[in-house]
Amino acid sequence: MSRQKFSGFSLLRGALSGHQGWRAQWRKAEPKAAYDAVIVGGGGHGLGAAYYLAKEHGLTRIAVLEKGWIGGGNTGRNTTIIRSNYLFDESAALYDHSVKLWENLSEELNYNVMFSPRGVMMLAHTVHDVQVFKRHVHANRCNGVDNEWLTPEQAKEFCPPLNIDGNMRYPVLGAALQRRGGTARHDAVAWGYARAADALGVDIIENCEVTAINRGADGGVESLDTTRGRIGARKVGVSAAGNTSAVLSLAGVRLPLESYPLQALVSEPVKPIFPCVVMSNTIHAYISQSDKGELVIGAGTDAYTSYTQRGALHINTHTLDAICELFPQFRRMRMMRNWGGIVDVTPDRSPIIAKTPVPGLYVNCGWGTGGFKATPGSAHVFAWTIARDEPHPINAPFTIERFRDGHLIDEAAAAAVAH
Amino acid sequence: MLLINCPYCGKRPELEFTYGGQAHLVRPADPSTLDDQQWADYLYMRTNTKGVHAERWRHARGCGRFFNALRDTTTDHFLATYRIGETRPGTPGDAR
Repeated sequence: MSRQKFSGFSLLRGALSGHQGWRAQWRKAEPKAAYDAVIVGGGGHGLGAAYYLAKEHGLTRIAVLEKGWIGGGNTGRNTTIIRSNYLFDESAALYDHSVKLWENLSEELNYNVMFSPRGVMMLAHTVHDVQVFKRHVHANRCNGVDNEWLTPEQAKEFCPPLNIDGNMRYPVLGAALQRRGGTARHDAVAWGYARAADALGVDIIENCEVTAINRGADGGVESLDTTRGRIGARKVGVSAAGNTSAVLSLAGVRLPLESYPLQALVSEPVKPIFPCVVMSNTIHAYISQSDKGELVIGAGTDAYTSYTQRGALHINTHTLDAICELFPQFRRMRMMRNWGGIVDVTPDRSPIIAKTPVPGLYVNCGWGTGGFKATPGSAHVFAWTIARDEPHPINAPFTIERFRDGHLIDEAAAAAVAH
Repeated sequence: MLLINCPYCGKRPELEFTYGGQAHLVRPADPSTLDDQQWADYLYMRTNTKGVHAERWRHARGCGRFFNALRDTTTDHFLATYRIGETRPGTPGDAR
């Protein structure tokens, strides 16, 4: 199938012909008997890994297996915030690698992922917040990651709806602003990677759940049993977010993960009112406005591990309390939808992108509450790890063994969601 | 919001409770004899069960006591709650 290339000209031609000529953007592939590499999990991370495997590492027989539909898990359930203002060197390198890929991703994929670097502002409400964020600002600047400290007045100038009244229960004492941060269109990321990977010959196989991981005489991965039959593969990359523990338990691999529901919600759509992304760790809310006009609001994780993709309403109301205090003009807005996704959280809140003890089995997991921002960078280094059987220098610290060896990358303070 | 049956106080809303993670983890009796992997397993490795999960809860804003519960993590339904020190009740299809 020849790929339709998007351009101003092709869109104009489509408009003049009543948009009748658009074809499916990728094939509905049937599983083949064997592949060189199989990615388990058809979210942004998995589809991206397949794309980079084909594009940069020359693998030709690649499949992505998705138990539901592509982009239907956390890729379609997050609040689309992109930033790289993490404290430690290892994290800054990983997340900034991703931001740099975001900046050219639409051109790279010939698909508009609507990356909008509108600035991410993280609010400080206590003396402790101020000290921690200033430390982040300095650490980021040492790592070449833009981040700057704003006074409350500067924060309000950057985001006029913000309430900086000193009489608030948690007054705004300042903010850290990453101007290169922003948002992107989550579905378009999955679709763009799927379309680009498909054009390179990757088979994207939906409704295909892995039920067993079979190992050969040498102990390495040999094949997968799925709901659509047995598929041979010597290299398998698992990118299954909240279900990673369940998938890897099929190969007897244990991981330091716990899966929690993380909720988000959107308001009714309104005209452009909110110019940036605002996050508050301390009073626990983050908010931006989508191009459709909805306020996209993220809540916290529920207290308990679960796989239900839903959570309790009191988590959302807690977040809305904070939103209404920070932005009093939103008090009368109506919320339209809320939902949950299952996020896999590691003890140090940093991801695992690594080889497993099983030869040929690789894992990209543990993104917890902040995986969307990392989609391109994570996929890029995961593909490298799978293709070369060794980590890229950027993901080399993000092993499973770091929990044994004590080399934790403790980003609990950088995660926007209190765990 | 979950309705949780505290074995000491009866059914109360989730807001009165805090979650305590996987139940029946036992601190190794002699940590100095463990190697790094065994210690990491104790500290960090969790079953993250998709199905019936034995877990601790604490009735923090009630009696203040810890107790254990069996909950199906695919539905969030509680199958049982039981006091600390009691053995885990058996459940249909229970792997353990």
